[in-house]
Parts: sequence; structure tokens; C-alpha cells
Amino acid sequence: MSTSSRTPIIGMEIHVELKTRSKMFCGCKNDPFHAPKPNIYTCPVCLGMPGGLPVANKKAVEWTITLGLALGCTIARLSKFDRKHYFYPDLSKGYQISQYDQPLCEHGVVHTEFGDIRIRRVHLEEDTGKLQHTTVDGKKVSLIDFNRCGVPLVEIVTEPDIHSSEQAKAYAKKIQQIVRTLDISDADMEKGSMRLEANISLADDPTVLPNYKVEAKNINSFRFLEQAIVFETERQTEILDDGNIPTQETRGWSETKHATIAQRTKEDAEDYRYFPDPDLPPLKFDDAYIELLRNNLPELPEALQARYESLGITSAFATLLSSPEYDSNIVDEALHLGKKNGVEANNIASVIINKKIDTSKTSAKEIVRITTEMYTKDIVDGTEIASAVHVVIQEQPKAVGDYKSGKQQVIGFLLGMVMKKIGKKIDTKIVQEMLMKVLQ
Amino acid sequence: MPSGCFMLFLLESTADMPDITPSIIQHVASLAHIPLTPAEEKLFAQGFTTTMKVVDQLNSVDVQHIEPLHQVTGLWNVLRDDEVDASRMFTQEQVCMNAHQSHNGYIVVEQILDQK
Amino acid sequence: MGTLHTLTLAQTLHKLAEKEITLADLYRDIDTQVDVFNTKLNVYLTRNEQALSQAQERACLPLCGIPLAIKDNFLTKGIRTTASSKVLDTFIPPYESTVTSRLQQAGAVIYGKTNMDAWAHGSSTETSDYGPTKNPRNPEYLPGGSSGGSAAALAENMCIAAMGSETAGSIRQPSAWCGTVGLKPTYGRVSRAGVVAMGSSLDSPGPMGKTVEDTTILFDAIAGHDKYDGTTSTQHPPKLYNALKKGVRGMRIGIAYIDHADIKGTPAAHSIEQAAKVFESLGARVEHVPLSSTLKNNTMLTPDYAIGVYTVVQRGEVSSNLGRYDGIRYGNPRSCFGDEAKRRIMLGTFTLSKGYADKYYIKAQQVRNLYFKNYAQLFSSYDILISPTSPGFALKLGATKDNPMFGELEDMLVEPSSLSGLPGISVPCGHDSKTNLYLGLNIISSHWNEEKVTRAAYAFEQHTSWNSWIGDHT
Repeated sequence: MSTSSRTPIIGMEIHVELKTRSKMFCGCKNDPFHAPKPNIYTCPVCLGMPGGLPVANKKAVEWTITLGLALGCTIARLSKFDRKHYFYPDLSKGYQISQYDQPLCEHGVVHTEFGDIRIRRVHLEEDTGKLQHTTVDGKKVSLIDFNRCGVPLVEIVTEPDIHSSEQAKAYAKKIQQIVRTLDISDADMEKGSMRLEANISLADDPTVLPNYKVEAKNINSFRFLEQAIVFETERQTEILDDGNIPTQETRGWSETKHATIAQRTKEDAEDYRYFPDPDLPPLKFDDAYIELLRNNLPELPEALQARYESLGITSAFATLLSSPEYDSNIVDEALHLGKKNGVEANNIASVIINKKIDTSKTSAKEIVRITTEMYTKDIVDGTEIASAVHVVIQEQPKAVGDYKSGKQQVIGFLLGMVMKKIGKKIDTKIVQEMLMKVLQ
Repeated sequence: MPSGCFMLFLLESTADMPDITPSIIQHVASLAHIPLTPAEEKLFAQGFTTTMKVVDQLNSVDVQHIEPLHQVTGLWNVLRDDEVDASRMFTQEQVCMNAHQSHNGYIVVEQILDQK
Repeated sequence: MGTLHTLTLAQTLHKLAEKEITLADLYRDIDTQVDVFNTKLNVYLTRNEQALSQAQERACLPLCGIPLAIKDNFLTKGIRTTASSKVLDTFIPPYESTVTSRLQQAGAVIYGKTNMDAWAHGSSTETSDYGPTKNPRNPEYLPGGSSGGSAAALAENMCIAAMGSETAGSIRQPSAWCGTVGLKPTYGRVSRAGVVAMGSSLDSPGPMGKTVEDTTILFDAIAGHDKYDGTTSTQHPPKLYNALKKGVRGMRIGIAYIDHADIKGTPAAHSIEQAAKVFESLGARVEHVPLSSTLKNNTMLTPDYAIGVYTVVQRGEVSSNLGRYDGIRYGNPRSCFGDEAKRRIMLGTFTLSKGYADKYYIKAQQVRNLYFKNYAQLFSSYDILISPTSPGFALKLGATKDNPMFGELEDMLVEPSSLSGLPGISVPCGHDSKTNLYLGLNIISSHWNEEKVTRAAYAFEQHTSWNSWIGDHT
């Protein structure tokens, strides 16, 4: 019988592929996902040829520091690259160039609605090639493509501060949002430019770290992240209830089995034999440089959201509007223009979101024009609004349930349904007030 | 060829040396992916011991307040602009040219069972 | 038989420019010499079939199409490159090293790839998977290593000039044993891009020649920053050839190591004392620098610790650099590594491994710093330091068998300066008429001061008769 008194202790490692033009340590094209053929973006360095020597990509270093600043990290004044040794066919040099004891960024924090998560470190390394298992001439083989080998990879490691699958998802989404806002990566899990790993264990006493942890890998969506954590929590609970300790191991998430599956454990614990890479002179940064990068930070989602809310935009809309898919410059211009012409900020936000405006193709002027047209108000009776609200609440039990269980942003959806039902141009504020009153 | 005094010095400084057994050799050979026969393991264990005796004389050197020296050039921040350098990129043919086995532009290796 | 193969690089360039000789005649004489001696001495592993035609295409370039012997750890596009290991037995590089690219752009031709200690692991050329090279001065003896093939090619006039590389002694020691000249530039002066890596923080590609002048001509063609090697200096390299004749008047010269217990009273020590007198007669101020077992101003830190340091650092870097040879993308499987390679990879892996790295690797790098600081202090008082390149004459074939530490022990006298990245040169300074074997004078200076080193070497060479290509020699 499972007890629910144990606390999940979860730390996450997220890898993000930087979308620099060239690879981390060589001038090869960085575009593995769209490469038309295998092994066409390689050179002596990333292919691990004899005599190949790495030279670090300036932009990749800058972007990593920028990410660290966005995550509230302390930036190292002295840093370096280290060699991490292990053998695998997709690792062309027999070692990965990474960072060991002097990472570029440390000690940051990410805020989620479920609590803060401390960032232990953010470091820069290179990606490996890609292996594909298949059969050729009747023999089981692996096909190796080195187009991806050497692509710059940022690794973000948290402290084990995550305590639920929802929090993990919120954290991962936040990282994705920040990375996309900074425009340093597409952070697309399906294309592999963002990869999630979670270290999961259960503690009786949440202030005491358990003496084991299970690493869950091969998670390529937020949904799978939640499912993997839920599965692991249940699996580990059973083992602990039996009085045993779960094996410290790596488990891969299986989409088809809806479960984590143990991968073959190695007899020896990995001994990476880290030492500073002699081919790469060390890095040092002065305050002026760090401040320059800090000043060049774009407005991050959190700050943007707060600012939108201060203009009278609902938090639901503000959350959506602060995502990197909307050009904040256009949005700001539209809000500013709207204010001058007496058009409400929240209406503009509503139009952009509900009409799915593409801010890269639509001017601020156009947005304001559409909003003005939309909100030429019809006279609508209070009872008409109330009845529309009641009908929608009946028709959308799931959404109502979600809202009541704390998913604040669902209000936007419900509001939209009510507006549709009414079918007239009225002030959404009035409708929203009515809706929220009824939902209470 | 150094002899005499130096070799005497070597033999005296064997305190604190790890015992180089064939099982240490096995472990190291496995880490280094060097295939060895049992006979070779024994032979290498002997050679290792001789070498470690030389290395262990470093134990007596006082290095208080001395930083490890990893770089002799004194260079810092050697960074490359983020530009594609097509001049050095290999064609698929060049990549596969020296490979043990290739297939449709991929490099082929026997399938490994354990996953990373 | 013609004698054009006995010309030095400087002489060849002059005669070609003056049209006193033709490339066809030059290559004919070299070819004949190689045909006669290669099988016996085992110098070249691969010969370039296109050498003469390439030479003729490059006749108008500064290096006029001259034939070079290139150590087989420089990747040469389209020409087999093995590093003398069966792992790379059939490897044809798809790209060119920066050094051989610069040499060819200047008009030189790769005549052939020379034998070496496999992976540069050694000081004898006996660890080559293709058999040892023999010392042309006396074929019962070793040529030294790891650039033994290149030194032998010079000694037997099987090329006009050569390239080698040095991690600690691999250019200078075979030059000493073969009675030729070898220049190890400052680490970071010459690009390592396209050179099979051995000790990444130590490897220094460098020119080898029949005379000091010859090495400066090659140095001037290859030195300088390379964007493909992040450890090369952006400083403009000196033009060594133009500075050759500046002499040593007023130079402050320190004599090192001849009071070491293993060197004292030997022919090697004696040859250095004699060399000191030559420098004094040329107007330099020469004095003895005493040995010390601890770091102390105006003393040489004993080279004894350098053996341990060099063993750990070099083997650690070797174990890492040889990790890429997995037989998948190129080359043969790791089972094809020779015994010496296996030894070094494993020792290096061991001293970097969990539980041992702090004790061995980190400690070695700290002791390395002691030598670095020692030289920094000494070179505030001296322009150059001189010492024997090698503790003695060449050893007989087979001398390295069953000695897992041969290389590191043999190179004791050059390890401290190599670990510090300093430039050095070896020139002949002694000869045993019975065995026909040579001794080498090692001259080193502080970082980036190749000019002081070659000036002093040139002055010594011109005022003595040890060099078999200068003055009256048969």
C-alpha cells in the first residue's frame, strides 16, 4: 500500500542546443536537423581526425553567459574547458570537451508558480554524433552520423528542489521560454534541440536527501516528463514500502510502454578522468564585459508579464502575450498607440491572442485598427451576458474543473467561449467579471 | 644513459606506492579500451611498477603554494568568430574514405547493446 | 654518381636560383641515394611518387621545389601517414597539416615520410611498428628518436632538409645522435594542426637540417599564428635567417647540468666545457650554473624530478589523445597498438583516474610550475643556457628493449625546458672517430627567443669543425 507522506526529490538536467551558425570548436555548419544527408558537416576537428584541434566559438560562450545572467547566476571570472573521457561510437575523439570544476555560470534561480528552483550550474560543452540502430546485410549495426558532433550544447543543472511533476513541467517550460526569448536556441524537443533528464528519488524527510537517485532519460516532451515522474514515484514507492532501496541506475522513458525501463548498468561507475583541455587556453572575463552582456539582455518573460499586468491586461493574457512567439516591440507599439487613441490594453491583448495575430507580419497600427473595429460596442443586456455565462459553464465542465483546481489561465478560454456565445462586441471586462463571479 | 646515483635514488623512494597488481592493470586496460591477454597483464604490471617508482619520487617535492601549470603559452580567451568555414569541411566521400565500413553515407559499427 | 644529394638547403637554393643545377639532376641524385640506402637504414616508410613533377611546378617559388623528408606524424593529404603505427597502416589523410601546407606553398616538396617511434613514444625509433631506423653514422647503432627517420635522412643525404617534432627531445636528441642540427621552437610558435597529437601541451613541430642556417630557412617558412591551432601565439615570429650572423658578443651564457652525478666527467660534459671556451673566445660571458635540489635563485633545479613530471603529464595527454583511435572512422582497431603505446596509454589513464589524479597528475603539474619559475628567474640573468643534448653517444640497436622508461630517462636533460615550452637547438659538438658517433650541444633560451638560440648555434658551428657539411670534410 503506498503512502503519500514521501516527498519527491527531483533535480533536472536540461541540455539546449545553441543555434550558432557554426559548431562549438570548429567552423562546420551547425544545422544537423535539416542536413539533407549524413556526414556532410564535418571536418578534421569534429570528426576526431588525427591532428584536429578545437578553437572555441565566441558566440556560444557569450550566449551561455547571457543565459546564466537570465537565470540569475553568478558568472565565473575565470573559466576553462575540460576533457571528459569515455568511449562510444558517436564520440569521435574518445572524449567530450565540456566543463568540470569552473563552469561559466553558477548559483542561479528560476521562479515557478510552485516554488523557486535553484540552478546549480550552467556550462558549455559539445554535442555528440547520432547513432541509428538498424540491420545491414543481415547484421545488426549502428549507423553513425557526425553532422551533430561538435554542436554547442548548454547544460543547465538544478539542485534537487523540484517536488512534483507539475513543478518539473513548469520549470522546463520556463527554461524553454527563456531560451527562446533570448533567441539562442529553438529549444524544440521533437528536433532534439532541447533534451530533458530528471533525477528522481523519494524522501521520508524532505530536508534529508535520500541515499539513492534514479536518472530518467529519453524524455522528449513535457507530457512525457510528467508521466515519467509519476511512474517513477509510484515504482519507487512500491520498492520503498517493501523496505528496499531502489537501485541507483539510469532508466529510459518508453513511450509505447508508458514506463521507465532500466538500461544496462555498467559494472564500473563512470571515471571520466577530467583534466583541463591543453588545446584550449583558459577564459577570463572582466566586470565590464559581463555588464555589457547584462545590459543587452532582452526583457525576460517574467518582467514582460509583470509590465503587461500593470497596464491592466489580465494575468491570463499577460502570460500568453509574454511568450517569445509575440514580438514584444510590436506589442508595445500597439499598446502605446492604443493608449493614445483610447483603446484598452486588455482588448488589444485579447485581439492579438484570440485572433492569432502574427506580430512578425502585422503592424501595430493594423492591430489597433482591428481592435477598434472589434470593440465598437453593442449594447448588451446584463441578463444576456449572465445566460451566456451559465450555458458555457454547463458546456465546458472540464475547463471549469481545471480553473477551479488552480489553472488560472483557463479563464481566457472560458471567456472566449462566452464572447462567442454572445456574438456581439462588448467590453470583455464586464463579461470576465460576471464569469468569475459565477465560478466562485 | 643515467645510471648510478639516479637509479639508487629511485629504489629508495618507493614509500606510499600503490601495489600494481594485474587487477589494477585489468581495470585500467578496461577504462582505456586496450585489449590484453593474461600474459600481457602480468608483463605490463611489472613495467607499470618500474614506471611508478620513477613517478613516486615526486612525492618528496615540496609544492606548497604552487599552482598546477596547465598552460605554458600564457594565452587567454582564444575565441573564434561564429562563421562557417567551408574550406575545411569534408565531403561525405572524404568522411567515408578511411572508414572501416560505411553504408549510404553513414559510418557503420557493430551494434552495441548498452545504451548511453 | 652525382653528389647533389650532399648539398645543404642553402647551397641547393643558391645553385637552383643560379641555374647551376637542375631539379631533375637533384632528384636523380637523391633518388639514387635513397634507392641504395633506404632498405638498409629503414628511413622512409612512404615515398611521394609525384615528387619531381611537383618540384618542377614549384621551381619559381622561394623554396624552389626542394625535397624534404617529413616525419610520418604530419598529415599529408593523399599521402599515407602512419605515425609508424600499424593502427594507421593504410590511413590516407583527407587533409593537410598546416606546417606541410606552408612548406609546399613556399615551394618545397614532400619527398617522403620518415620512420619514427610509433606515436612519437620514444627516443630511439626502436618502438616503430615498422622496425627501427639505423644510425647512418654507424648502422649498428640507433639514430635516436622519435624523429629518428628524419635525422637519419639528413645524415645520409637522403633529403635536402627535414621536419620533425618534439615533445621532449624528439628533435634534438636524434639530431645529436646523428650529428645533424635540430631546432625545437617555442611551444606555440609553430602550428600543431594536422600533426598527430602526442603531448598536447608539449608538442612542438620543428625543422631539422644539415646546418643551422638550413633550419632557420625552414623555420621562417612555417612559424607563426595559425587560426586552426588555438595555442599558437599571435606574435610575429622573428626572421631567424636574417639574424644568423649577429654573433654572441656580450651574451650571458650559463652552463647547465654538467655537474649532475650522471654527467660529471663524461665525454658529454667535456664537450660542453669545450663549447663554453669557444663561446668565451667569441666574446660571450660564460659561467657555470650550479645544480640544486630545491628551487633557489641562480641555480638549476635538478632535472631528476622532471622525469616523473614528464612521464605523468605526457602519458596522461597521450592516453587522452589516443582515445580517438577506435578503428571506426579510420584506422585499425586498438588491438593493433604496439606494446609501448599500450604501456603509455595505460599509465596515462591510471594517473588521471579517480583517486589518483590529484596525487599524480595535479602534483606533476605543480612540479612543472617549479621548473617554469626556475627558468623565468634564470633567464633574467642569462641569454642562453647550454648543456649536453643527451647524456652520451648513441646506443646500440636493441638497447631499449625491456626498458619501459628508456625514453623518459634518456631525455632527462631536455625535459625541464620542454615542460616549460622553451625553444632549443642541438648542434654537433663532439665526435668519436672509432665509432663515428656524435655528441650534441643543446642551447636553450626563454620563450620566443629562437633568435638567440640560432645565433649562438650558428656562431659555434662556424667556429668549430663538428659539422660534416661545413668546411673540409670528405
